Amino acid sequence: MFDPILADIRFGCGRSPRIAAPDSIAAILDGLTGPDPVAETFPIEPFEIFLAKRVTPTNALFRLSKSAKGTRIGDEAHQAMVNITREGRKARRGWLVAHVSRRVASDTPMRERLESFWADHFTAHGKASVLQVATSPYIESAIRPHLAGRFEDMLIATATHPLMLHYLDQQASAGPNSPQALRFPGKTGMNENLARELLELHTLGVDGPYTQDDVRQLAELLTGLAFTEQAGTEFRPPLAEPGPETVLGKAYGGGKPTIDDIHAVLRDLARHPATAQHIAHKLAVHFLGDTPDPALVTAIAGVWHETGGDLPEVYRAMLDHPAAWAPAPGDVKMPLDFIASACRALDVPSKALAARAQMLLMDPLRLMGQVWQQPSGPDGLPEADAAWITPQGMAARLQWGFTLPQLMLDALPDPRDFVVTALGARAPEEVRFAASAAETRADGIGVVLASPAFQRM
Amino acid sequence: MDRRSFLTRSAALGCSLAASPLVTPVSFAATPGEHRLVVIILRGGMDGLAAVSPYGDPDFATLGRPAPDLDGGGALDLDGRFAMHGALSPLAPLWRAGELGFAHAVSIPYRDKRSHFDGQDLLEAGVAASDAPLPGDGWLNRLVQRMPDATAETAYAIGGEPLRILQGPAQVNRWTPEADLRLSPQAVLLTRRVMQADPAMAAALDTAMALAGGDGDGVEFTGSMGDMMAAMRDDMMSGKDRQRPGAALARFAGEQLRGAARIACYSLTGWDTHRAQAHHLPRALTQLAQSVTTLKETLGAGAWGQTTVVAVTEFGRTARWNGTGGTDHGSGGVMVLAGGAVRGGRVITDWPGLDEAALYKRRDVMPTRDLRAHLAWLLRGLYGVERTALETTIFPGLDMGDDPELLL
Repeated sequence: MFDPILADIRFGCGRSPRIAAPDSIAAILDGLTGPDPVAETFPIEPFEIFLAKRVTPTNALFRLSKSAKGTRIGDEAHQAMVNITREGRKARRGWLVAHVSRRVASDTPMRERLESFWADHFTAHGKASVLQVATSPYIESAIRPHLAGRFEDMLIATATHPLMLHYLDQQASAGPNSPQALRFPGKTGMNENLARELLELHTLGVDGPYTQDDVRQLAELLTGLAFTEQAGTEFRPPLAEPGPETVLGKAYGGGKPTIDDIHAVLRDLARHPATAQHIAHKLAVHFLGDTPDPALVTAIAGVWHETGGDLPEVYRAMLDHPAAWAPAPGDVKMPLDFIASACRALDVPSKALAARAQMLLMDPLRLMGQVWQQPSGPDGLPEADAAWITPQGMAARLQWGFTLPQLMLDALPDPRDFVVTALGARAPEEVRFAASAAETRADGIGVVLASPAFQRM
Repeated sequence: MDRRSFLTRSAALGCSLAASPLVTPVSFAATPGEHRLVVIILRGGMDGLAAVSPYGDPDFATLGRPAPDLDGGGALDLDGRFAMHGALSPLAPLWRAGELGFAHAVSIPYRDKRSHFDGQDLLEAGVAASDAPLPGDGWLNRLVQRMPDATAETAYAIGGEPLRILQGPAQVNRWTPEADLRLSPQAVLLTRRVMQADPAMAAALDTAMALAGGDGDGVEFTGSMGDMMAAMRDDMMSGKDRQRPGAALARFAGEQLRGAARIACYSLTGWDTHRAQAHHLPRALTQLAQSVTTLKETLGAGAWGQTTVVAVTEFGRTARWNGTGGTDHGSGGVMVLAGGAVRGGRVITDWPGLDEAALYKRRDVMPTRDLRAHLAWLLRGLYGVERTALETTIFPGLDMGDDPELLL
């Protein structure tokens, strides 16, 4: 059952030499609703600020550079736009440092792990201009506030978020009989992308009880959902399909189209038993490995269904199940988990990360197979261990662990102490031996980080 | 690679593969024949009108574009109609040997939106643009799925980024020359020792050691920490080199194709020339030329004779020069064919002309052939894939049309 070292490694961000492990399941869960000091210490720009500070001016400058093309004003507008994009890329590197620093310093580390899980579940990514660096602000505003709330609130926050509307092409989707389509026949059309992913990825799951007709009806119900570069999400009646739509046998709307109809269908989808099953399984796979105990998944799904998706209760169901505490090393850490847990075990100062973010974090993540915040599709990162245990991925992890710690710290810890810091009583004999037999401190640290005991949760 | 490192590498690959969960249980001798295929993805939209200029078309001069410099700038007249850009001049000997050809005015079935992301996704997924979700696998992966003798060694995705074109159920190998390993001999020993507890990790490590040692510099490094850091920085490629990885990627691809691999794919960037194209495009073209000549050098005469290299891009660019000395996203473009197996020395095109009415939407080169048809004919010729499979499975919805006879 409960074990503080496992709690740190499997449900936290790894062990730390200065932050105590939680002493109970209750302590883990209390941490999720308690204060969030690391978010203050290592701030990430909320999306509202991002919109005002970066998106709105970029849009204005773009219009100006087009309308005054070939003049000095147009050229300067273009240059200013380029500068905003460049600053955005720099800011994004800073936010990556903040994500890792939060993991290093947090005394409620499950919050960070859950943020990553939900950010991946609700994958969204900007496809153009300054929106390409909007992912962290989106997570900060639409996901982090809801980690310990109700799933339906997180679903509504993400599904109606400008970045998601942009990523899944909802922005210009007009119902076939909407005022807009009737006024400009052949010029506008409906896009099913968001509707499909909402059912397939975000709620019911690909094997869920929905048909192509449900996708179509949901897409019609979503028409009108749009955003502007100045104000963010807004509902545009001219795009909305009139009349009621039937999704999974239930009718929505029918009066004057409003965003409330959309909220209503999202709440129902969030509470659907197929959603409970789909996400219970996904959560178990994420924390416990590729083939979780079916009884544990059933237990989580049951609580989801009973509580209508009350997330702290859902997490409790996972943590209360004996299968969650199986002692054998479990899931392979994803690249960010690997790097951040190594930084936490080494207690790397945030300044050291910020000084060389590209070399210490961004490039290694890419070589390990996780191109930071540039998903190959809306399904996000693969969970299967085989996706991460690749020759290239292993080489990149080894190279990182053997060579970069000495760049981040003034002095490396004694490997014989470090093996205990990083793995506690779970340190296998051969890893202890290797740490003590290494010729240099750097090799000693490297071999601990390379060990399967460290690379798995 | 010297003989000794080649032998130790084969031994290491052999035993790690036998133990590797990645390998389907087939005999190691089975390969998809001797034909090698290299696909280079040119990300950003290569300007076909600049790479291979239709200077013989009377309307070319009306586009506001610089004329190819045939009198001293290295541009090469190909056939009186088209000229090859001077930055591609390292490829001139290949053209004369019939080992280089171009298909012009080709494009994937994707129009109007002209987004890099969508275009590249479609190019790699091998499907036409539609509202349907993209298939989860790429067309090269679907090719490997149809090769009964394929192993995890058959196809290589090369480079730091995942390549959608090779993603899918068929196991493929991934490596980037950047992911080199430099460890002290004792670190290698200790790492192998702690990895024994985890067969999957141990197998991946063995393969990694073999691959990292295969670049001639060995994994084991005996020098000071400072030397090692310096060597690592060389390996990790400076930002500058990462902008120009064409030769390194080609060298690695060539080495694998001399061994058990038969299919390799990597991508080159730098083609999105909205501004100052006269400065940026030559750099990208030089990359491409170096990449192709490095492939030829690395493969050696025998393997090169059985090699087909094809370079494709998501779309061409606007016919006219824009106001910032560059070009914007267009439609029809150029596909490059090279290798000892191709019937080169030709520009293959159903040329649409360049007067305004002939342009697509009065702005882009009109695509006159689906570039997937050329790819499909290549796969038909190289691997004997049935036409039905090509038109329904590998490139769904494709009409291959007539055989363009791209191969010898």
